Amino acid sequence: MDLLRFATAGSVDDGKSTLIGRLLLDTRQVFADQLEAVERTSRDRGFDYVNLALLTDGLRAEREQGITIDVAYRYFATPKRKFIIADTPGHVQYTRNMVTGASTADLALVLVDARKGLLEQSRRHAVIASLLRVRHLVVCVNKMDLVGYDEGVFEAIKRDFAEFAARLELADLTFIPISALHGDNVVSHSARMPWYEGPTLLWHLENVYVGSDRNLIDPRFPVQYVIRPRSDDHHDYRGYAGQVAGGIFRPGDEVVVLPSGFTTTVAGIDFGGRPLAAAFPPQSVTIRLADEIDVGRGDLICRPHNAPTVGQDIDAMVCWFAERPLTSRSTFVIKHTSRTARALVTSLRYRLDVNSLSRDEAAGRLGMNDLGRVRLRTTVPLFFDPYRRNRTTGSFILIDEASNNTVGAGMILGEGTG
Amino acid sequence: MNAHVTHLEALEAEAVFILREVAAEFERPVLLFSGGKDSIVMLHVAEKAFAPARVPFPIMHVDTGHNFTEVIEYRDRRVAGSGVRLVVASVQASIDAGRVIEEPGPRPSRNRLQTITLLDAIAANRFDAVFGGGRRDEEKARAKERIFSHRDEFGQWDPKNQRPELWQLYNGRHRPGEHLRVFPLSNWTELDVWRYIGREGIEVPSIYYAHRRPVFPRDGMWLAVTPFVAIQAGEVVEEREVRFRTVGDATCTGAVESSARTVDQVIDEVAASRLTERGATRADDRISEAGMEDRKREGYF
Repeated sequence: MDLLRFATAGSVDDGKSTLIGRLLLDTRQVFADQLEAVERTSRDRGFDYVNLALLTDGLRAEREQGITIDVAYRYFATPKRKFIIADTPGHVQYTRNMVTGASTADLALVLVDARKGLLEQSRRHAVIASLLRVRHLVVCVNKMDLVGYDEGVFEAIKRDFAEFAARLELADLTFIPISALHGDNVVSHSARMPWYEGPTLLWHLENVYVGSDRNLIDPRFPVQYVIRPRSDDHHDYRGYAGQVAGGIFRPGDEVVVLPSGFTTTVAGIDFGGRPLAAAFPPQSVTIRLADEIDVGRGDLICRPHNAPTVGQDIDAMVCWFAERPLTSRSTFVIKHTSRTARALVTSLRYRLDVNSLSRDEAAGRLGMNDLGRVRLRTTVPLFFDPYRRNRTTGSFILIDEASNNTVGAGMILGEGTG
Repeated sequence: MNAHVTHLEALEAEAVFILREVAAEFERPVLLFSGGKDSIVMLHVAEKAFAPARVPFPIMHVDTGHNFTEVIEYRDRRVAGSGVRLVVASVQASIDAGRVIEEPGPRPSRNRLQTITLLDAIAANRFDAVFGGGRRDEEKARAKERIFSHRDEFGQWDPKNQRPELWQLYNGRHRPGEHLRVFPLSNWTELDVWRYIGREGIEVPSIYYAHRRPVFPRDGMWLAVTPFVAIQAGEVVEEREVRFRTVGDATCTGAVESSARTVDQVIDEVAASRLTERGATRADDRISEAGMEDRKREGYF
């Protein structure tokens, strides 16, 4: 059994919570005590049906306001796969939430209300999924029951969306007509849409191939922690602990350690006290090196002829989360793999309008939930790849030095030059 | 080559990354250990994460004094075998010192009192990162909590003002006196925990498996007869074959009828269960619709 992480995004009232409730219910992940509570609350609040959206209500403020505020994580499993849903609300802070949910997702699921067609928010979701390199996008055209299960409505939305998506980088785009409320095409095929011959949503989620989305080409191992047992049994043991961020490492491989540039070989790879024949993403392992060289947290192990860029000038797309706007000359703490440094925004190139994809070069600042392209200068060199090549060595967060809050998230385009 | 990773391997790798990240970035981490299955799995993963070295932080048991004997025996045996240092934060000591007042009445629970004991122990030991075995599938409020969850100087959680958490870039920065709660098993479900226990051959306290014991029905679940619970008029004690799905304070942790005597039988039972783990067995979660959220805001686990 493997793992699929997906993010869901929707606009106001397009039935996203109902869809998740339906997936959980129809895959028997909803328990009797939960269902009873939802039935009771549905009655208390005057719904004449069991409101599955209540299954995913979280915090008190959300119940009071009848909306979802924050990213929530849900779990379900079928015999084929375990699923982690990052459920991102469409109301408040939608860009921040969607970027957060998409950052760890293999697949994004966007809902479109069949009656309303493609809205600005649906476009924004697709743009964010593309920017965050979520390679698989599923567009569920929901509420088909309210348009008489009409094929023409579905085809028109599909055409609109595909036309827009052609401007984005999405490897795999799938459209499914559904009714989350009645369960059509969610888990089982709908008899009411005989014209639809594609997969149900669950079948697609169970079978979509995401194994090749990992980078198994470029070996990258950011050192997280140094393991040095202070015991007689392992007196000379010195291991570099971390999670493989790219490529495949094997004992005997010739490797380079950055920033020192020393070349050595992998003496062994261990996990849990046992040797491994190879290590690849997303495994957490411990690498031992043949030579005693000075290696610490924040260093990176790679191959001699395949190294990331080493640099202090970085060109990146940033999503801004804070009320205080991002302007050029602001400084932050930057966290990139296992390295922490300070970063100065040397220039703000443009603000990206996520609806029109146009670039506002006169923006001068990024407000909360804005996306834009910036140039950063860091106090120490970082070892990075373009985000499109490697999500781990290509991403960073910005932290406000005064409040300690995470105020921005960045995707590296490349080295800042000129 | 086959670079396939199963879901348990992916969950384990994520938990290891989180444990190592905290060990690298914090001065004084501690791992909460109750002798319950989640904290047992967390300690097991920590041992693998730092092998062949020892786990580089102590573990702490917040002891309500209302324990199952089997669990305390297990705890002491497990600690002796691992070489980690055990800190015991005692609710009874908090009561004796006048820090908290025992609930009056015939059915006192120390569940809520634990929060003060926990926060006092965090302050006294100057712990800056506290690992908890909480899982997001357990409860609605937990589903929205970050893996690195900031606590202010009062130990409070502010659910509406959480730091965005992207990729695996965890922000553990905090001011003196504040701390972070860190949940390495956030993305595990009850079934994942049991499958992992099976895969790794991990020993858990015997009360997780079916056994015969005297129980009585209260609040729709079976409570064990212990010195800490007074049997009320009308409550009839009988011997039944039960097991515990969660292990907590004996006064509010119920048993379920079960014949599952092995890990595989427990996995089958959990997979087929029609009740949530907490709904079936935890009186403390039945306080209100927001019971867990309210306790978490105050600094609960």
